[in-house]
Amino acid sequence: MAEILVLVDHLDGAVRKFTTEMLTLARRAGEPSAVFVGSGYDAAAETLAQFGAAKVYVADAPDLSEYLVTPKVELLASLIARTQPAAVLVPSTLEAKEIAARLAIRTGSGLITDAIDVSAELGTQQSAFAGSYVVDAKVTTGTPIIAVKANAVTPETAPSTPAVEAVAVDLPDSAKQARVVSRSPRKQTGRPDLSEASVVVSGGRGVGGPEGFRVVEELADALGGAVGASRAAVDSGWYPHASQVGQTGKTVSPQLYVAAGISGAIQHRAGMQTSKTIIAINKDGEAPIFEMADFGVVGDLHQVLPALVAEINRRKG
Amino acid sequence: MKIAVCVKYVPDAAADRSFSADHTTDRVGSIGILSELDEYAVEEALKIREAGDAEVIVLTMGPDGAETALKKALQMGADRAVHVSDPGLHGADAPATSLVLANAISRLEVDLVLCGMASTDAIMGVVPAMIAERLGLPQVTLAAELTVDGGAVRIRRDGEDAVEEIEASLPAVVSVTDQINEPRYPSFKGIMAAKKKTVETWSLSDLDVVPDQVGLGAAWSAVTEVTRRPPRSKGTVVTDDGTGAAQLADFLAANRFV
Repeated sequence: MAEILVLVDHLDGAVRKFTTEMLTLARRAGEPSAVFVGSGYDAAAETLAQFGAAKVYVADAPDLSEYLVTPKVELLASLIARTQPAAVLVPSTLEAKEIAARLAIRTGSGLITDAIDVSAELGTQQSAFAGSYVVDAKVTTGTPIIAVKANAVTPETAPSTPAVEAVAVDLPDSAKQARVVSRSPRKQTGRPDLSEASVVVSGGRGVGGPEGFRVVEELADALGGAVGASRAAVDSGWYPHASQVGQTGKTVSPQLYVAAGISGAIQHRAGMQTSKTIIAINKDGEAPIFEMADFGVVGDLHQVLPALVAEINRRKG
Repeated sequence: MKIAVCVKYVPDAAADRSFSADHTTDRVGSIGILSELDEYAVEEALKIREAGDAEVIVLTMGPDGAETALKKALQMGADRAVHVSDPGLHGADAPATSLVLANAISRLEVDLVLCGMASTDAIMGVVPAMIAERLGLPQVTLAAELTVDGGAVRIRRDGEDAVEEIEASLPAVVSVTDQINEPRYPSFKGIMAAKKKTVETWSLSDLDVVPDQVGLGAAWSAVTEVTRRPPRSKGTVVTDDGTGAAQLADFLAANRFV
Protein backbone atom coordinates (compact mmCIF):
# COMPACT_ATOMS: atom_id res chain seq x y z
CA MET A 1 0.00 0.00 0.00
CA ALA A 2 1.11 3.52 -0.67
CA GLU A 3 3.05 5.23 2.07
CA ILE A 4 1.65 8.47 3.52
CA LEU A 5 3.98 10.64 5.59
CA VAL A 6 2.34 12.19 8.65
CA LEU A 7 4.23 14.92 10.53
CA VAL A 8 3.58 14.28 14.22
CA ASP A 9 2.31 17.23 16.26
CA HIS A 10 3.59 16.82 19.80
CA LEU A 11 5.04 18.67 22.78
CA ASP A 12 8.06 16.81 24.19
CA GLY A 13 6.55 13.50 23.17
CA ALA A 14 2.99 14.22 24.30
CA VAL A 15 1.15 13.48 21.05
CA ARG A 16 -1.74 15.80 20.34
CA LYS A 17 -5.13 14.36 19.41
CA PHE A 18 -4.59 16.15 16.12
CA THR A 19 -1.94 13.57 15.17
CA THR A 20 -4.29 10.66 15.81
CA GLU A 21 -6.80 12.35 13.50
CA MET A 22 -4.19 12.68 10.75
CA LEU A 23 -3.21 9.02 11.14
CA THR A 24 -6.90 8.08 10.85
CA LEU A 25 -7.27 10.13 7.65
CA ALA A 26 -4.00 8.79 6.22
CA ARG A 27 -5.22 5.20 6.63
CA ARG A 28 -8.04 5.94 4.19
CA ALA A 29 -5.55 6.62 1.43
CA GLY A 30 -2.65 4.34 2.32
CA GLU A 31 -0.28 3.26 5.05
CA PRO A 32 0.72 6.03 7.45
CA SER A 33 4.37 6.59 8.33
CA ALA A 34 4.68 8.92 11.29
CA VAL A 35 7.51 11.45 11.13
CA PHE A 36 8.54 12.31 14.67
CA VAL A 37 10.86 15.29 15.07
CA GLY A 38 12.40 16.25 18.41
CA SER A 39 12.90 14.56 21.75
CA GLY A 40 10.47 12.38 23.67
CA TYR A 41 9.71 9.63 21.16
CA ASP A 42 9.42 7.01 23.92
CA ALA A 43 6.42 8.86 25.31
CA ALA A 44 4.82 9.01 21.86
CA ALA A 45 5.46 5.44 20.66
CA GLU A 46 2.37 3.84 22.15
CA THR A 47 -0.11 6.39 20.75
CA LEU A 48 1.41 6.26 17.27
CA ALA A 49 1.18 2.46 17.25
CA GLN A 50 -2.35 2.49 18.62
CA PHE A 51 -3.54 4.72 15.77
CA GLY A 52 -2.01 2.62 13.05
CA ALA A 53 1.40 4.04 12.14
CA ALA A 54 3.00 1.31 10.02
CA LYS A 55 6.38 2.99 10.24
CA VAL A 56 7.91 5.73 12.34
CA TYR A 57 10.81 7.91 11.28
CA VAL A 58 12.43 9.49 14.32
CA ALA A 59 14.72 12.50 13.99
CA ASP A 60 15.89 13.99 17.24
CA ALA A 61 19.14 15.83 16.48
CA PRO A 62 19.25 18.98 18.64
CA ASP A 63 19.90 21.35 15.74
CA LEU A 64 16.51 20.42 14.26
CA SER A 65 14.86 22.76 16.74
CA GLU A 66 17.62 25.39 16.77
CA TYR A 67 16.46 26.86 13.49
CA LEU A 68 13.04 27.91 12.32
CA VAL A 69 11.04 25.73 9.87
CA THR A 70 13.85 24.84 7.45
CA PRO A 71 15.31 21.78 9.26
CA LYS A 72 11.95 20.05 9.11
CA VAL A 73 11.73 20.93 5.42
CA GLU A 74 15.13 19.26 4.83
CA LEU A 75 13.98 16.16 6.70
CA LEU A 76 10.65 15.83 4.88
CA ALA A 77 12.22 16.58 1.49
CA SER A 78 14.76 13.81 1.99
CA LEU A 79 12.03 11.40 3.10
CA ILE A 80 9.94 12.28 0.05
CA ALA A 81 12.90 11.64 -2.25
CA ARG A 82 13.64 8.31 -0.60
CA THR A 83 10.15 6.89 0.01
CA GLN A 84 8.13 8.43 -2.84
CA PRO A 85 5.03 8.72 -0.63
CA ALA A 86 1.53 9.11 -2.03
CA ALA A 87 1.05 12.23 0.11
CA VAL A 88 2.35 14.19 3.07
CA LEU A 89 -0.03 15.25 5.84
CA VAL A 90 0.97 17.98 8.26
CA PRO A 91 -1.07 19.71 10.95
CA SER A 92 -2.59 22.98 9.76
CA THR A 93 -0.81 25.03 12.40
CA LEU A 94 0.97 28.26 11.57
CA GLU A 95 4.40 26.64 11.78
CA ALA A 96 3.55 23.44 9.93
CA LYS A 97 1.83 25.39 7.15
CA GLU A 98 5.13 27.20 6.58
CA ILE A 99 6.99 23.88 6.56
CA ALA A 100 4.48 22.66 3.99
CA ALA A 101 4.90 25.86 1.97
CA ARG A 102 8.66 25.50 1.58
CA LEU A 103 8.34 21.78 1.01
CA ALA A 104 5.86 22.40 -1.81
CA ILE A 105 8.27 24.73 -3.61
CA ARG A 106 11.28 22.50 -2.89
CA THR A 107 9.60 19.41 -4.34
CA GLY A 108 7.45 21.06 -7.00
CA SER A 109 4.29 19.86 -5.29
CA GLY A 110 0.83 21.27 -4.90
CA LEU A 111 -0.25 22.33 -1.42
CA ILE A 112 -3.65 22.44 0.21
CA THR A 113 -3.96 24.02 3.65
CA ASP A 114 -6.73 24.04 6.25
CA ALA A 115 -8.28 20.78 5.00
CA ILE A 116 -11.33 19.71 6.99
CA ASP A 117 -11.49 16.34 5.24
CA VAL A 118 -9.24 14.09 3.16
CA SER A 119 -10.71 11.27 1.07
CA ALA A 120 -9.23 7.91 0.07
CA GLU A 121 -8.41 9.49 -3.30
CA LEU A 122 -6.67 12.38 -1.49
CA GLY A 123 -9.42 14.83 -2.40
CA THR A 124 -9.82 17.52 0.21
CA GLN A 125 -12.50 19.78 1.61
CA GLN A 126 -11.89 23.25 3.02
CA SER A 127 -14.07 25.98 4.45
CA ALA A 128 -13.83 29.30 2.63
CA PHE A 129 -14.95 32.87 3.16
CA ALA A 130 -15.55 32.62 6.89
CA GLY A 131 -17.20 29.23 6.61
CA SER A 132 -19.82 30.28 4.09
CA TYR A 133 -18.47 27.90 1.41
CA VAL A 134 -17.14 24.37 1.22
CA VAL A 135 -14.40 23.93 -1.37
CA ASP A 136 -13.47 20.54 -2.87
CA ALA A 137 -9.93 20.46 -4.19
CA LYS A 138 -7.16 18.14 -5.23
CA VAL A 139 -3.43 18.44 -5.70
CA THR A 140 -2.58 17.87 -9.35
CA THR A 141 1.21 18.21 -9.40
CA GLY A 142 3.96 16.43 -7.48
CA THR A 143 3.45 14.81 -4.09
CA PRO A 144 0.20 16.11 -2.54
CA ILE A 145 1.05 18.11 0.58
CA ILE A 146 -2.02 18.58 2.75
CA ALA A 147 -2.23 20.62 5.95
CA VAL A 148 -5.12 19.23 7.98
CA LYS A 149 -7.15 21.16 10.52
CA ALA A 150 -7.87 19.76 13.97
CA ASN A 151 -11.21 17.98 14.46
CA ALA A 152 -11.34 16.92 10.80
CA VAL A 153 -12.28 13.38 11.80
CA THR A 154 -12.99 11.28 14.87
CA PRO A 155 -9.77 9.38 15.56
CA GLU A 156 -10.09 5.60 15.23
CA THR A 157 -7.62 3.15 16.68
CA ALA A 158 -5.98 0.47 14.51
CA PRO A 159 -3.23 -1.11 16.60
CA SER A 160 0.00 -1.79 14.75
CA THR A 161 3.61 -2.63 15.47
CA PRO A 162 5.46 0.06 13.59
CA ALA A 163 8.98 -0.37 12.29
CA VAL A 164 11.02 2.42 13.86
CA GLU A 165 13.84 4.02 11.93
CA ALA A 166 16.15 6.70 13.27
CA VAL A 167 16.77 9.34 10.62
CA ALA A 168 19.76 11.65 10.55
CA VAL A 169 19.46 14.97 8.77
CA ASP A 170 22.43 16.78 7.42
CA LEU A 171 21.58 20.46 7.59
CA PRO A 172 23.14 22.58 4.87
CA ASP A 173 24.03 26.18 5.76
CA SER A 174 20.96 27.31 3.84
CA ALA A 175 18.81 25.63 6.50
CA LYS A 176 20.57 27.48 9.31
CA GLN A 177 19.60 31.03 8.40
CA ALA A 178 16.88 31.81 10.93
CA ARG A 179 18.19 30.92 14.36
CA VAL A 180 16.01 30.47 17.44
CA VAL A 181 17.93 32.46 20.07
CA SER A 182 15.53 31.90 22.93
CA ARG A 183 12.44 29.85 23.66
CA SER A 184 10.22 30.34 26.71
CA PRO A 185 7.61 27.60 26.94
CA ARG A 186 4.08 28.76 27.58
CA LYS A 187 2.58 28.12 30.97
CA GLN A 188 0.33 25.08 30.67
CA THR A 189 -3.22 25.77 31.79
CA GLY A 190 -4.25 22.14 32.22
CA ARG A 191 -7.15 22.79 29.82
CA PRO A 192 -7.41 21.16 26.39
CA ASP A 193 -5.71 22.84 23.43
CA LEU A 194 -7.92 25.51 21.93
CA SER A 195 -7.62 24.26 18.34
CA GLU A 196 -8.59 20.69 19.17
CA ALA A 197 -10.94 21.09 22.14
CA SER A 198 -14.44 19.70 21.68
CA VAL A 199 -15.85 22.50 23.85
CA VAL A 200 -14.69 26.13 23.68
CA VAL A 201 -15.94 28.93 25.92
CA SER A 202 -14.90 32.38 24.69
CA GLY A 203 -15.13 35.81 26.22
CA GLY A 204 -15.28 39.18 24.50
CA ARG A 205 -15.62 42.84 25.23
CA GLY A 206 -18.65 42.19 27.42
CA VAL A 207 -16.46 40.33 29.90
CA GLY A 208 -15.31 43.78 31.00
CA GLY A 209 -11.72 43.12 32.07
CA PRO A 210 -9.08 40.51 32.81
CA GLU A 211 -10.68 39.51 36.11
CA GLY A 212 -13.98 38.96 34.28
CA PHE A 213 -12.40 35.99 32.51
CA ARG A 214 -12.60 34.06 35.79
CA VAL A 215 -16.26 33.19 35.10
CA VAL A 216 -15.41 32.25 31.51
CA GLU A 217 -12.69 29.91 32.77
CA GLU A 218 -15.01 28.41 35.37
CA LEU A 219 -17.61 27.55 32.73
CA ALA A 220 -14.88 26.09 30.48
CA ASP A 221 -13.73 23.91 33.39
CA ALA A 222 -17.27 22.79 34.20
CA LEU A 223 -17.68 21.70 30.56
CA GLY A 224 -14.13 20.32 30.19
CA GLY A 225 -13.38 22.85 27.51
CA ALA A 226 -10.77 25.36 26.37
CA VAL A 227 -10.94 29.13 26.84
CA GLY A 228 -10.98 31.47 23.87
CA ALA A 229 -11.15 35.23 23.51
CA SER A 230 -12.32 37.70 20.91
CA ARG A 231 -9.91 40.10 19.27
CA ALA A 232 -11.39 42.98 21.28
CA ALA A 233 -10.60 41.20 24.54
CA VAL A 234 -7.09 40.28 23.38
CA ASP A 235 -6.33 43.77 22.04
CA SER A 236 -7.43 45.18 25.41
CA GLY A 237 -4.85 42.93 27.05
CA TRP A 238 -7.44 40.94 29.01
CA TYR A 239 -6.41 37.53 27.70
CA PRO A 240 -3.33 36.17 25.84
CA HIS A 241 -3.16 36.37 22.07
CA ALA A 242 -2.63 32.60 21.85
CA SER A 243 -6.28 32.25 22.87
CA GLN A 244 -7.68 34.53 20.19
CA VAL A 245 -10.44 32.99 18.09
CA GLY A 246 -11.10 34.57 14.72
CA GLN A 247 -9.63 35.50 11.40
CA THR A 248 -6.29 36.57 12.86
CA GLY A 249 -6.26 34.01 15.63
CA LYS A 250 -7.33 30.40 15.72
CA THR A 251 -10.10 28.84 13.72
CA VAL A 252 -11.99 26.38 15.85
CA SER A 253 -14.81 24.00 15.07
CA PRO A 254 -15.71 22.32 18.33
CA GLN A 255 -18.87 20.39 19.12
CA LEU A 256 -19.93 23.24 21.39
CA TYR A 257 -18.93 26.91 21.22
CA VAL A 258 -20.05 29.32 23.91
CA ALA A 259 -19.67 33.03 23.07
CA ALA A 260 -19.94 35.18 26.18
CA GLY A 261 -20.03 38.94 25.75
CA ILE A 262 -19.06 38.64 22.08
CA SER A 263 -21.04 40.63 19.54
CA GLY A 264 -20.05 38.42 16.60
CA ALA A 265 -18.19 40.66 14.16
CA ILE A 266 -17.15 38.97 10.90
CA GLN A 267 -13.54 38.69 12.17
CA HIS A 268 -14.78 36.55 15.02
CA ARG A 269 -17.34 34.56 13.06
CA ALA A 270 -14.59 33.55 10.62
CA GLY A 271 -12.95 31.65 13.45
CA MET A 272 -15.93 29.79 14.89
CA GLN A 273 -18.70 29.70 12.30
CA THR A 274 -18.29 25.98 11.64
CA SER A 275 -18.77 24.97 15.27
CA LYS A 276 -21.42 22.28 15.60
CA THR A 277 -23.53 23.97 18.29
CA ILE A 278 -23.25 27.66 19.18
CA ILE A 279 -24.45 29.29 22.38
CA ALA A 280 -24.44 33.06 22.90
CA ILE A 281 -24.81 35.13 26.02
CA ASN A 282 -24.90 38.88 25.46
CA LYS A 283 -26.54 41.94 27.01
CA ASP A 284 -27.38 43.32 23.60
CA GLY A 285 -30.27 41.43 22.05
CA GLU A 286 -29.40 42.95 18.66
CA ALA A 287 -25.87 41.48 18.61
CA PRO A 288 -25.22 39.61 15.32
CA ILE A 289 -24.00 36.55 17.27
CA PHE A 290 -27.66 35.73 18.05
CA GLU A 291 -28.36 35.30 14.33
CA MET A 292 -26.16 32.21 14.29
CA ALA A 293 -26.66 30.87 17.80
CA ASP A 294 -28.56 27.64 18.39
CA PHE A 295 -29.42 28.94 21.82
CA GLY A 296 -29.03 32.48 23.05
CA VAL A 297 -29.56 34.26 26.33
CA VAL A 298 -29.99 38.00 26.35
CA GLY A 299 -28.60 38.93 29.74
CA ASP A 300 -25.62 39.78 31.88
CA LEU A 301 -22.93 37.13 31.52
CA HIS A 302 -21.71 37.90 35.02
CA GLN A 303 -25.05 36.64 36.31
CA VAL A 304 -25.74 33.90 33.77
CA LEU A 305 -22.34 32.18 33.68
CA PRO A 306 -21.89 31.63 37.44
CA ALA A 307 -25.50 30.44 37.69
CA LEU A 308 -24.91 28.08 34.77
CA VAL A 309 -21.75 26.68 36.37
CA ALA A 310 -23.66 26.05 39.59
CA GLU A 311 -26.50 24.42 37.64
CA ILE A 312 -24.11 22.16 35.69
CA ASN A 313 -22.29 21.12 38.86
CA ARG A 314 -25.60 20.40 40.58
CA ARG A 315 -26.75 18.20 37.67
CA LYS A 316 -23.41 16.41 37.58
CA GLY A 317 -24.07 15.58 41.23
CA MET B 1 17.89 50.42 3.30
CA LYS B 2 15.34 49.29 0.75
CA ILE B 3 12.19 47.56 1.94
CA ALA B 4 9.62 45.77 -0.21
CA VAL B 5 6.21 45.27 1.38
CA CYS B 6 4.14 42.59 -0.34
CA VAL B 7 0.44 43.38 -0.18
CA LYS B 8 -2.72 41.82 -1.54
CA TYR B 9 -5.89 43.27 -2.94
CA VAL B 10 -8.78 41.23 -1.52
CA PRO B 11 -12.56 41.29 -1.44
CA ASP B 12 -13.81 43.07 1.67
CA ALA B 13 -14.68 40.43 4.28
CA ALA B 14 -17.41 42.65 5.66
CA ALA B 15 -19.34 42.31 2.37
CA ASP B 16 -20.62 39.19 0.63
CA ARG B 17 -17.85 37.13 -0.96
CA SER B 18 -18.28 34.40 -3.55
CA PHE B 19 -16.64 32.41 -6.33
CA SER B 20 -16.77 32.86 -10.10
CA ALA B 21 -17.81 30.08 -12.49
CA ASP B 22 -14.17 28.95 -12.83
CA HIS B 23 -13.97 28.62 -8.99
CA THR B 24 -11.61 31.56 -8.60
CA THR B 25 -12.45 34.34 -6.16
CA ASP B 26 -15.12 36.62 -7.60
CA ARG B 27 -13.51 40.04 -8.02
CA VAL B 28 -16.28 41.67 -9.98
CA GLY B 29 -19.18 41.28 -7.61
CA SER B 30 -17.21 42.40 -4.56
CA ILE B 31 -15.57 45.49 -3.11
CA GLY B 32 -11.78 45.22 -3.17
CA ILE B 33 -9.53 46.59 -0.45
CA LEU B 34 -5.97 46.34 0.87
CA SER B 35 -5.91 43.12 2.91
CA GLU B 36 -6.22 44.32 6.49
CA LEU B 37 -3.38 42.11 7.70
CA ASP B 38 -1.01 43.75 5.20
CA GLU B 39 -1.57 47.16 6.78
CA TYR B 40 0.54 45.95 9.70
CA ALA B 41 3.43 45.18 7.35
CA VAL B 42 3.14 48.61 5.70
CA GLU B 43 3.05 50.29 9.12
CA GLU B 44 6.12 48.37 10.30
CA ALA B 45 8.05 49.41 7.18
CA LEU B 46 7.11 53.04 7.80
CA LYS B 47 8.28 52.76 11.40
CA ILE B 48 11.63 51.39 10.25
CA ARG B 49 11.95 54.29 7.83
CA GLU B 50 11.08 56.79 10.55
CA ALA B 51 13.71 55.30 12.85
CA GLY B 52 16.45 55.46 10.26
CA ASP B 53 16.71 55.80 6.54
CA ALA B 54 14.79 53.55 4.21
CA GLU B 55 12.84 53.47 0.99
CA VAL B 56 9.50 51.69 1.25
CA ILE B 57 8.21 50.06 -1.92
CA VAL B 58 4.83 48.34 -1.91
CA LEU B 59 4.48 45.41 -4.26
CA THR B 60 1.36 43.62 -5.34
CA MET B 61 0.35 41.03 -7.87
CA GLY B 62 -3.28 41.31 -8.79
CA PRO B 63 -6.03 42.16 -11.21
CA ASP B 64 -7.11 45.61 -12.39
CA GLY B 65 -8.29 47.38 -9.30
CA ALA B 66 -5.34 46.21 -7.23
CA GLU B 67 -4.03 49.79 -7.48
CA THR B 68 -6.65 50.51 -4.82
CA ALA B 69 -4.60 48.48 -2.36
CA LEU B 70 -1.36 50.13 -3.46
CA LYS B 71 -2.91 53.57 -3.21
CA LYS B 72 -3.93 52.96 0.39
CA ALA B 73 -0.35 51.97 1.24
CA LEU B 74 1.00 55.07 -0.57
CA GLN B 75 -1.46 57.22 1.39
CA MET B 76 -0.20 55.68 4.60
CA GLY B 77 3.26 56.84 3.53
CA ALA B 78 5.00 54.27 1.31
CA ASP B 79 7.38 55.87 -1.21
CA ARG B 80 6.43 54.09 -4.40
CA ALA B 81 4.54 51.08 -5.69
CA VAL B 82 4.82 48.25 -8.18
CA HIS B 83 1.81 46.44 -9.61
CA VAL B 84 2.47 43.14 -11.35
CA SER B 85 -0.47 42.81 -13.68
CA ASP B 86 -0.95 40.35 -16.50
CA PRO B 87 -3.96 38.54 -17.94
CA GLY B 88 -1.91 35.33 -17.64
CA LEU B 89 -2.02 35.60 -13.85
CA HIS B 90 -5.74 34.88 -13.50
CA GLY B 91 -6.22 31.91 -11.19
CA ALA B 92 -2.60 31.82 -9.97
CA ASP B 93 -2.13 29.61 -6.91
CA ALA B 94 0.22 30.26 -4.00
CA PRO B 95 3.30 28.66 -5.66
CA ALA B 96 2.76 30.80 -8.78
CA THR B 97 2.18 33.92 -6.70
CA SER B 98 5.41 33.31 -4.83
CA LEU B 99 7.29 32.87 -8.12
CA VAL B 100 6.06 36.19 -9.48
CA LEU B 101 6.67 38.07 -6.22
CA ALA B 102 10.12 36.49 -5.78
CA ASN B 103 11.17 37.58 -9.27
CA ALA B 104 9.82 41.07 -8.67
CA ILE B 105 11.68 41.26 -5.35
CA SER B 106 14.92 40.20 -7.06
CA ARG B 107 14.44 42.94 -9.60
CA LEU B 108 13.84 45.52 -6.85
CA GLU B 109 17.04 44.45 -5.06
CA VAL B 110 15.78 45.04 -1.54
CA ASP B 111 17.35 44.38 1.87
CA LEU B 112 14.13 43.44 3.62
CA VAL B 113 10.87 41.89 2.48
CA LEU B 114 7.89 42.50 4.76
CA CYS B 115 4.59 40.61 4.48
CA GLY B 116 1.38 40.32 6.47
CA MET B 117 0.82 36.97 8.20
CA ALA B 118 -1.84 35.85 5.70
CA SER B 119 -4.31 37.32 3.24
CA THR B 120 -7.81 37.84 4.55
CA ASP B 121 -9.40 35.97 1.63
CA ALA B 122 -7.56 32.66 1.21
CA ILE B 123 -5.88 32.87 4.66
CA MET B 124 -3.27 30.26 3.73
CA GLY B 125 -0.34 32.17 5.23
CA VAL B 126 2.17 30.35 3.03
CA VAL B 127 3.40 32.94 0.54
CA PRO B 128 6.08 34.53 2.79
CA ALA B 129 7.68 31.11 3.39
CA MET B 130 7.44 30.29 -0.32
CA ILE B 131 9.12 33.57 -1.29
CA ALA B 132 11.93 32.86 1.19
CA GLU B 133 12.34 29.36 -0.25
CA ARG B 134 12.51 30.63 -3.82
CA LEU B 135 14.99 33.39 -3.00
CA GLY B 136 17.08 31.27 -0.64
CA LEU B 137 16.52 33.90 2.06
CA PRO B 138 16.00 33.38 5.78
CA GLN B 139 12.36 33.32 6.76
CA VAL B 140 11.59 35.14 9.98
CA THR B 141 7.86 34.85 10.25
CA LEU B 142 4.88 35.78 12.43
CA ALA B 143 6.65 38.61 14.22
CA ALA B 144 4.83 40.20 17.13
CA GLU B 145 7.84 42.47 17.56
CA LEU B 146 10.60 43.35 15.09
CA THR B 147 13.99 44.96 15.49
CA VAL B 148 16.23 45.76 12.54
CA ASP B 149 19.76 46.45 13.64
CA GLY B 150 22.61 46.86 11.23
CA GLY B 151 22.63 43.80 9.04
CA ALA B 152 20.31 41.67 11.16
CA VAL B 153 16.67 41.24 12.10
CA ARG B 154 15.38 39.91 15.37
CA ILE B 155 11.76 39.11 16.12
CA ARG B 156 9.61 37.94 18.97
CA ARG B 157 7.13 35.31 17.92
CA ASP B 158 4.25 34.04 20.04
CA GLY B 159 4.21 30.40 18.98
CA GLU B 160 1.71 27.70 19.87
CA ASP B 161 3.81 26.28 22.69
CA ALA B 162 6.42 28.92 23.38
CA VAL B 163 7.43 32.51 22.95
CA GLU B 164 10.49 32.52 20.71
CA GLU B 165 13.10 35.02 19.65
CA ILE B 166 14.43 34.48 16.15
CA GLU B 167 17.41 36.11 14.53
CA ALA B 168 18.69 36.23 10.97
CA SER B 169 20.92 38.36 8.82
CA LEU B 170 19.65 40.56 6.01
CA PRO B 171 18.37 40.22 3.38
CA ALA B 172 15.44 38.34 4.90
CA VAL B 173 11.72 37.75 4.51
CA VAL B 174 9.76 38.83 7.58
CA SER B 175 6.05 38.40 8.15
CA VAL B 176 4.22 40.27 10.90
CA THR B 177 1.06 39.57 12.88
CA ASP B 178 -1.67 41.99 13.89
CA GLN B 179 -0.07 42.19 17.34
CA ILE B 180 2.97 44.13 16.12
CA ASN B 181 1.58 47.66 15.80
CA GLU B 182 -1.48 49.80 15.22
CA PRO B 183 -1.59 50.77 11.53
CA ARG B 184 -2.03 54.50 10.95
CA TYR B 185 -4.93 55.98 9.03
CA PRO B 186 -3.89 57.98 5.97
CA SER B 187 -3.71 61.66 6.89
CA PHE B 188 -5.01 64.42 4.60
CA LYS B 189 -1.38 65.27 3.86
CA GLY B 190 -0.68 61.61 3.11
CA ILE B 191 -3.64 61.40 0.75
CA MET B 192 -2.49 64.51 -1.14
CA ALA B 193 1.14 63.31 -1.27
CA ALA B 194 0.08 59.90 -2.63
CA LYS B 195 -1.33 61.55 -5.75
CA LYS B 196 2.20 62.44 -6.81
CA LYS B 197 3.70 59.02 -6.15
CA THR B 198 4.32 56.55 -8.94
CA VAL B 199 2.73 53.17 -9.46
CA GLU B 200 4.81 51.17 -11.92
CA THR B 201 3.13 48.33 -13.76
CA TRP B 202 5.13 45.24 -14.63
CA SER B 203 3.98 42.37 -16.81
CA LEU B 204 5.07 38.74 -16.66
CA SER B 205 7.63 39.29 -19.44
CA ASP B 206 9.27 42.03 -17.33
CA LEU B 207 9.88 39.33 -14.73
CA ASP B 208 11.04 36.50 -17.01
CA VAL B 209 7.96 34.47 -16.17
CA VAL B 210 6.10 32.75 -18.97
CA PRO B 211 2.32 32.36 -18.73
CA ASP B 212 2.74 28.56 -18.76
CA GLN B 213 4.28 28.78 -15.28
CA VAL B 214 1.39 30.66 -13.68
CA GLY B 215 -2.37 31.11 -13.96
CA LEU B 216 -5.27 28.75 -13.47
CA GLY B 217 -4.09 26.10 -15.95
CA ALA B 218 -0.60 25.96 -14.39
CA ALA B 219 -1.80 25.66 -10.78
CA TRP B 220 -0.42 22.70 -8.82
CA SER B 221 -3.81 22.05 -7.26
CA ALA B 222 -7.32 22.37 -8.61
CA VAL B 223 -10.65 23.27 -7.09
CA THR B 224 -13.19 20.76 -8.31
CA GLU B 225 -16.30 22.16 -6.66
CA VAL B 226 -17.49 25.03 -4.49
CA THR B 227 -20.69 24.75 -2.48
CA ARG B 228 -22.36 27.51 -0.51
CA ARG B 229 -23.19 26.33 2.98
CA PRO B 230 -26.74 27.02 4.01
CA PRO B 231 -26.65 29.96 6.42
CA ARG B 232 -26.88 28.97 10.06
CA SER B 233 -30.43 29.31 11.17
CA LYS B 234 -31.28 31.31 14.21
CA GLY B 235 -32.18 29.14 17.17
CA THR B 236 -33.98 29.95 20.39
CA VAL B 237 -33.18 33.24 22.07
CA VAL B 238 -34.50 33.90 25.56
CA THR B 239 -34.21 37.01 27.68
CA ASP B 240 -32.79 36.30 31.11
CA ASP B 241 -35.42 36.75 33.78
CA GLY B 242 -33.45 34.81 36.36
CA THR B 243 -34.11 31.45 34.66
CA GLY B 244 -31.71 31.99 31.72
CA ALA B 245 -29.00 29.79 33.23
CA ALA B 246 -31.45 26.98 33.99
CA GLN B 247 -32.83 27.10 30.44
CA LEU B 248 -29.29 27.02 29.08
CA ALA B 249 -28.49 24.02 31.27
CA ASP B 250 -31.63 22.28 29.93
CA PHE B 251 -30.46 22.95 26.38
CA LEU B 252 -26.99 21.62 27.16
CA ALA B 253 -28.44 18.53 28.82
CA ALA B 254 -30.82 17.86 25.93
CA ASN B 255 -27.83 18.00 23.58
CA ARG B 256 -25.75 15.80 25.87
CA PHE B 257 -23.12 18.38 26.74
CA VAL B 258 -23.81 17.87 30.43
